[in-house]
Amino acid sequence: MNALAAAGAVVQVAGVLVGAPFVVGGMRQVRARLEGRSGGGIGQPWRDLRKQLRKQQLRPDGTTVVFRVAPAVAAGSALLIAAIIPLVTLGSPLDSSADLFGVVGLLFLGTVALTLAGLDTGTAFGGMGSSREITIAALVEPTILLAVFALSLPGHSANLAAIVSATLADPAQVLTLGSVLAFVALVIVIVAETGRLPVDNPSTHLELTMIHEAMILEYSGPRLALVEWASGMRLTVLLALLANLFLPWGIAGADPSVLGVLIGTVAVAAKVVVLAVVLAVAEVFIAKLRLFRVPELLAGSFLLALLAVTASSFLASAR
Amino acid sequence: MSTTAGRGALVSGGSTTAVGAAGLVLGLSSIFGGGVHLRIGWLLPLVGVRFDVDPLGGLLIALTGAVAVVVGVYAVGYARHEHWSVLTLVLLPTFVAAMILVPAAGTVTTFLLCWELMAAASLALVLADHRRAAVRSAGIVYAVMTQLGFVAILVALVVLSAAGGADDFATLATRGGAVASGTRTAVFLLTVIGFGSKAGLLPLHAWLPRAHPEAPSPVSALMSASMVTMGIYGIIRIDLQILGPGPTWWGLTLMAVGAMSAVFGVLQASVATDLKRLLAYSTTENMGLVTVALGAAALLSASGAPTIAAIAITAALVHLVGHAAFKALGFLAAGSVLASSGLRDLDRLGGLVRSMPVTTAMFGISALGASGLPLGAGFVGEWLLLQSLIHAPTQGDPMVALAMPLAVGAVALTTGVGIATMVKAFGVGFLARPRSTQAADAHEMSRGMAVGMGLAAASAAVLAVAPGVLGPVVQRVLAVLPAVGGDTAGPHLGAMLRLPGIPGSMSPGVIAVALVLAVIVAVGLGRWGRSRRPAPADVPLWACGADELSPRMQYTATSYAEPLQRVFDDVLRPDTDIEVSHFAESRYLIAKVTYRNRVEDPIERGLYAPVVRAVGAVAERVRRAHNGSVHLYLAYGALGLLVVLLVVR
Amino acid sequence: MTWIGAIRRAGRIVEPAPSAPSDRMAPPAGVTGSLQLRHVDCGSCNGCEIEIAGAFSAVYDAERFGARLVASPRHADGILATGVVTRNMHDPLLNTLAAVPQPRVVIAVGDCAVDGGVFRDGYGVVGSVADVVPVDVEVPGCPPTPAQIVAALRSVTGR
Repeated sequence: MNALAAAGAVVQVAGVLVGAPFVVGGMRQVRARLEGRSGGGIGQPWRDLRKQLRKQQLRPDGTTVVFRVAPAVAAGSALLIAAIIPLVTLGSPLDSSADLFGVVGLLFLGTVALTLAGLDTGTAFGGMGSSREITIAALVEPTILLAVFALSLPGHSANLAAIVSATLADPAQVLTLGSVLAFVALVIVIVAETGRLPVDNPSTHLELTMIHEAMILEYSGPRLALVEWASGMRLTVLLALLANLFLPWGIAGADPSVLGVLIGTVAVAAKVVVLAVVLAVAEVFIAKLRLFRVPELLAGSFLLALLAVTASSFLASAR
Repeated sequence: MSTTAGRGALVSGGSTTAVGAAGLVLGLSSIFGGGVHLRIGWLLPLVGVRFDVDPLGGLLIALTGAVAVVVGVYAVGYARHEHWSVLTLVLLPTFVAAMILVPAAGTVTTFLLCWELMAAASLALVLADHRRAAVRSAGIVYAVMTQLGFVAILVALVVLSAAGGADDFATLATRGGAVASGTRTAVFLLTVIGFGSKAGLLPLHAWLPRAHPEAPSPVSALMSASMVTMGIYGIIRIDLQILGPGPTWWGLTLMAVGAMSAVFGVLQASVATDLKRLLAYSTTENMGLVTVALGAAALLSASGAPTIAAIAITAALVHLVGHAAFKALGFLAAGSVLASSGLRDLDRLGGLVRSMPVTTAMFGISALGASGLPLGAGFVGEWLLLQSLIHAPTQGDPMVALAMPLAVGAVALTTGVGIATMVKAFGVGFLARPRSTQAADAHEMSRGMAVGMGLAAASAAVLAVAPGVLGPVVQRVLAVLPAVGGDTAGPHLGAMLRLPGIPGSMSPGVIAVALVLAVIVAVGLGRWGRSRRPAPADVPLWACGADELSPRMQYTATSYAEPLQRVFDDVLRPDTDIEVSHFAESRYLIAKVTYRNRVEDPIERGLYAPVVRAVGAVAERVRRAHNGSVHLYLAYGALGLLVVLLVVR
Repeated sequence: MTWIGAIRRAGRIVEPAPSAPSDRMAPPAGVTGSLQLRHVDCGSCNGCEIEIAGAFSAVYDAERFGARLVASPRHADGILATGVVTRNMHDPLLNTLAAVPQPRVVIAVGDCAVDGGVFRDGYGVVGSVADVVPVDVEVPGCPPTPAQIVAALRSVTGR
């Protein structure tokens, strides 16, 4: 854990901060191209952010400190996750302070902050979006914990650096039953938690079909910018985590060199770009699920995860 | 009148605090000093009363003492406001004393005596407000179930002490392994039933969501934070320490009962609209999680993994303590709301954050703990539990390999729905806008109540951020539980939580500090470009172009939980009906639409109702033997004596 | 695989971007290329709505110039008003504009919105959009073509 490893963690945070809007923009751009449009360009979210940060702060009547603080909590939790997880280097100084359970907890802390803010406004749509978001979160959490279970079996640890190191040491385990299941479960989790198709449509204009968007209808200006930024950062961090959990190659070790940090940065950026493009392309082919079909998808993935974890654990015991 | 009532409240609350403080000192000194031993020969004929406090009992005593200190401070203001009767005022410290004596009991007889004292005192306290019919009905349910549970415990302990040939726990612990296996099984099952009903475990939980909401709030806090943990104490003492290590199926039974209680409890809590009922079901949930941990410890030590078993038992202990902190706080905050607005119904609450900011903050801390998220008091316990489940060695024992993933699934589902439940309780009840005039007129209660809650909140915060304070305590308690891996090096609870043999660590304190820093950075990001912004403005809520949104348009607790209720339709079996009445002139014109949605406890409906009916039918038959004639009764007595003599001969 | 084929066959349907309009205003918050709008139908015959849908469609793709329609006025930089202002929509129009954070623009689309058009003196009509709120950009036409609407949007986004 030297200065360069700490520098690597700083690079992770800074990279996620700067890169997240580009990831969102890139995904919109891919979608636009596949629809035959020319699109706003990958810098569009950054332009929107800069503009929102210069706009007036509106204080809706009756909103409290919960409403004011929630965007910062959501963004802060995403930043902290970026500092903990192994994106560029395995040697983040915070790695030993939080394992995958902690990271999942932080992720949900951000979700909870925004759902409370939705309720805090006291509007019909705020409550509706909040209710839907928390229902989805309640069903996503079990799946994600089972995925953590599957992932922590090979390395005998839930600490992220340990999981990634175990995969680096024994690449074949990426193709085991538990691992494949964890991958599928995590993809569903990412889709659900970041409000992408088919769970939520990020570009809908109809309040009644909204989930994430309905919660944040009252936000404006700088706080809206933070909310949007936070949701971009969550998406980026989760995609990068997914990439490094299953394809960790290129990541700098716990005691990196300058070159290692550089390579690690480029590698994780490339992986995120590939995953984002794949996700965006996949979204073009699917429609949004009816709201009450979504729990079926999530409950189904939970049961599938449970079955696979149980089966792989049982098979391992018979060996 | 008011001054005497005030003095009575002060004396009652003060003595509760004093008893609690004494318990705290006694508990801590018996954990860290030597054990405390006391024998009073004259108090009970033949055997006398004997108290032996070991570190396990000491933990429970300290826990009860700490809860009682908080509740005592709070109760001064509460009792004054609610005009408690003298009986209730006297019973409050008595109840606390009884609860402190239960884990101190060194012999079976003393234990049973104290247990019954605790049960009777709590029953009388539940009935404090006996003028309301709901309270009386809850009191009857509680009385019946607690006494049935007592019968199970009584039989189990008598059988155990007969088989072990001793009355005191210390001797029994050395002879527990030698008891015949049939007797052991019977004692195990009876104690799980008896103690399980006290801990609110399925299917004997039904008294809990009735009695806890109807009891005065300080009593609810004591019951939920301390009394139910006595059930867990009983299971640890009798089944894990004295009888343990048991066969594999003991552990599996405990895990199954715990997992079902956890999932069922949290699902019922998620659709509950009564704030105190929600908290009561959450108690069932958390005791379920603790029981899963106990079961895992039993199972793992039976299958030869004592190191992991020690993690599981640590998880149980840490979660017990964490739960006591956040649940006591939750009930006290709910009590403040009830005292101020007269409401427990979440559908009619809301907007308390403006009128009762302190209480709101307190409930927020409690809800964060109950949701099991980082920075909450419940996080570390659940983290340890999950670690013990996922790191259980699966090689060799297929039962372990099957049970662990299923348990992780149950715990995972519980935490997921638990988050939604607590967001609902806090968000709908305390944020948003008031849904009734009573909620709008709510106001902060007396300073003493705030101080009581503040103490509980401070301990919850310490447990959340620095669980290391429990490290030395847990270490000493583990040392007296060799049957479940207590003789191995248990997990290291310090500023950094480390687990033996598992490369993994966690530091809630560092996470808390880092999160605060990260939020500050995020706030800084939000200030970027501030100089170019127009001045902020206050605007009305966006009403989609209309002039005003009325508070009735908000989501209520019922509507908030509706999607979850839909998803778990099969388990919850909600009772929904929609009535549409038309105008007489035309059935195309609708006069009124009534929507009713009720979620009852399906276990109560499916299991309890038939039993009650059957008992009623039998009682009807037996009643014929009662004709009021003294001679007949004497004849019954003579016959009974004859039968006993014949059997005993 | 038919969808992939369809995507490949369709290729890019977007029309080449005409040169940027010469008379452009300063972008609302000083950032070019970003304009979120809340659409308000003040009493339109829905002809303008069809043309607005065309402007944001794949053919005209107003999004490439940074313009986007949003659901909440809080997220918007202004409103896109169509139709003559009816009595029923008078207050909602004012409420919506008040919900938009400063700095904000009002774009009136179509003859009705600009000067009342054929409904000018109707009994349920308050007046044109400019009679009710200050208008920054006017797009005449009954209905205006998508190209005209896009040009008006570009004069605000500056791209």
